[in-house]
Amino acid sequence: MYRLRLAPDDTDIKFMKGRYAGLIVSAVLSILSVVLFFYPGLNYGIDFVGGIVIEARTPATADFPALRAKLSHLGLGQVALQQFGTAQDVLIRFERQPGGDQVQQAAVEKVKAELAKDFAGTQIRRVEAVGASVSGELFRNGMLALGLAVLAMLAYIWFRFEWQFGLGAVITLILDVTKTIGFYAVTDVQFNLTAIAAILTIMGYSINDKVVVYDRVRENLRAYKRMPLRNLIDKSINETLNRTLGTSMTVFLACLPLALFGGEALEEFAWVLLFGIVVGTSSSIFIAAPILLFLGEGRLRRGNPQEPETETAPEASEG
Amino acid sequence: MLYFTRWKIYTIIGVCVAGVIFTLPNFFSRELMAGLPGWLPHRQIHLGLDLRGGSYLLLEVDMPAVVKERLAGLQDSVRSQFRTANIGYVNLTNDDRAVTFTLRDPKDRDESLRILKSLSGTVGGSALGGGQDEVQIAIGSDGNGSLTLSEVALLDKSARAVEQSIEIVRRRIDETGVNEPQIARQGDHRILVQLPGIDDPDRIKRLLGQTAKLTFRLLGSDAEAASGRAPPGFELLPSSDVDRRSAGPARYLVRKRIEVDGGNLVDARAGSNSQNGEWIVNFEFDSAGGRRFADVTRNNVGRPFAIVLDNKVISAPVIREPILGGRGQISGHFTAQSANDLAVLLRAGALPAPLSVIEERSVGPDLGADAIRSGIYSILIGFSLVVIYMALAYGLFGLMANVALIFNLILTLAVLSLLQATLTLPGLAGILLTLGMSVDANILINERIREETRKGKSPFAAMEAGFKRAFATIVDANLTTLIKMLLLFGLGSGPVKGFAVTISFGILTSMFTATVLARLMMVSWLRWKRPAALPV
Repeated sequence: MYRLRLAPDDTDIKFMKGRYAGLIVSAVLSILSVVLFFYPGLNYGIDFVGGIVIEARTPATADFPALRAKLSHLGLGQVALQQFGTAQDVLIRFERQPGGDQVQQAAVEKVKAELAKDFAGTQIRRVEAVGASVSGELFRNGMLALGLAVLAMLAYIWFRFEWQFGLGAVITLILDVTKTIGFYAVTDVQFNLTAIAAILTIMGYSINDKVVVYDRVRENLRAYKRMPLRNLIDKSINETLNRTLGTSMTVFLACLPLALFGGEALEEFAWVLLFGIVVGTSSSIFIAAPILLFLGEGRLRRGNPQEPETETAPEASEG
Repeated sequence: MLYFTRWKIYTIIGVCVAGVIFTLPNFFSRELMAGLPGWLPHRQIHLGLDLRGGSYLLLEVDMPAVVKERLAGLQDSVRSQFRTANIGYVNLTNDDRAVTFTLRDPKDRDESLRILKSLSGTVGGSALGGGQDEVQIAIGSDGNGSLTLSEVALLDKSARAVEQSIEIVRRRIDETGVNEPQIARQGDHRILVQLPGIDDPDRIKRLLGQTAKLTFRLLGSDAEAASGRAPPGFELLPSSDVDRRSAGPARYLVRKRIEVDGGNLVDARAGSNSQNGEWIVNFEFDSAGGRRFADVTRNNVGRPFAIVLDNKVISAPVIREPILGGRGQISGHFTAQSANDLAVLLRAGALPAPLSVIEERSVGPDLGADAIRSGIYSILIGFSLVVIYMALAYGLFGLMANVALIFNLILTLAVLSLLQATLTLPGLAGILLTLGMSVDANILINERIREETRKGKSPFAAMEAGFKRAFATIVDANLTTLIKMLLLFGLGSGPVKGFAVTISFGILTSMFTATVLARLMMVSWLRWKRPAALPV
């Protein structure tokens, strides 16, 4: 019987040997991400800063120089033009117009009138205009959702496991999220409401992965009362390795077509998720587990004689 | 965990069959569904505006304007009350919360308090009383007085203004013949308008952008108008004829006193003038309005009066004869479109406060169709990849997991149909993502069974242990995701909510399909074949 295995059975990889390397690499990447978040910063979408986006389809191949020349003289500030999909599709972006909400509406009218006048036959396929009050609220709510999600995860895992698990999961989660934000900064993908959804999804996926590994650690803590924590965590990761990789694989496979053919709106979202799946999977092994080891050493083995950490093979204590 | 009672098996099969039945309506057109007997399920998933094309407008009711108008009215009443009672006052004015004045003679204080009391209505409370004064009146011993709108009055006013606005917005949009518009209150003073199939909402925005307060008032004399300053009780209003197509003046001196207003109209229709072919709007008053209009025109024959819309004078005809029938017409250099729009506005009634569009998202129908197409292709490809992977990785049990996955998809669609939920583009992504995540449960179970088998357990014992041990993990893993999605649903807006909804129901139904349905299949197979070793 042929079975596709992503990792051989009975692996005995000493993951915890690489714990410092894992944590350092992760911390460096996350710090870099935070730096990138402030400088040069994210490419905030109109959801969060307001502004105008118009998607137009010109009758022939879009004449970018002409479009730029005409649209930048409307007195609406810098115009950003971007081609996507076919050569006829143009994305026109203006920053939020200074002034009240009505000003955005007036600006939309101006752009539409200009397109109708000098680029006859142009089809307006999508219009989005967001004013200052709404974008401010959307941003606040988005950030609130992220913050609450982290707290909810901490509470849930603390309640279901021990505090060391909860703290380990949340620290890992924060490292994952910062890297994802770094991804946004590096790729210049728009940071908007969809990005919040993507980050929450990655958090959900990543936590899900941690829960599975932690679950096995907890189970093994009960089964092997004398095994040193370090060996026990290694054993747990090895035992769940096929599942961890398998689930990452299926989510990755489900996401991949979305990234390749999902259409403008979903493609960016899917690429971020693909990045998040890789980050979330690796952090289960290289970040969440080592943190648990640091936090739990000597504490998670209550009621048992402390054993000095040794490099002996764990098989000796198995029943 | 391996024993299923007979009724349990029937229930599981029943749920799956129900899932299929409730999903089916989505594959037929609405017209076809309407022709089927009523007892068949007919609920369908709604497509969001980003998938079917349409406009999403978020409107804000200008509350300061409502308060300002009430205060201006209050100030007028104070003036006339004082005048009738012959009480001297100075500095009568209003700020954003109160009307203030100073009595010339502080001795008039008690008398003033008495007559001003009549200006305040009550707000809140019930038929049995218990309401609060709308206005708090205070006059100091130095003669400085104020009428302040109470907190309750402000809240009450804003709630009523939003309610009225929603009603008027609904009427105006209904007049334009948009199919299935959705109009709902959002937050404290916002109105969400969703217009399926409308990708260029310019006309609707124009219709909603006017308060359409129509008033009929008398004009001041030309001599007074020429001075360029409005005497008390009058105001200078611009002409709506900005292009100066007619010979009329650019500004009119109009009396503040309103003789009749648009609230008394029962009908308004666009038409054309039989003599010069110009577009006009014919209107008809209700009986009270008709009587007032008749009185005013009878007493003012030969003098001009102004038809004022939103503080602009549309026209100022001279009254040639008393108008007794309660009917009239407005001419003001209309086009067919503008005459029709005005008629719509007059029929629907005036907004209590100006509305402004603070967020607009419009999607053309062909773009929506493109999005559906690529979304569905992506789902099909992603689904196939997952199915192939599961079959390769877990063989027969992988195939059973795939059957469970198909039912996961069907049940998710069934729940969405039953709730008549709205499927958005992010929602489609959510469905795809659920498929990837819900097989996680089966992977956990299969890996566990494999592990137990390798430890030397018998097929039955291995399967029992596999399901039992994996279950706690599955619950933990899924609950964490559900918590996230609840947050996203609560705090997210519009399209992102759709993502949270599909994932949540996907996860909930996967708990059933991946653990219960897959278990039933695997156990039935085990009992039937009684293999010496499990094919894991």
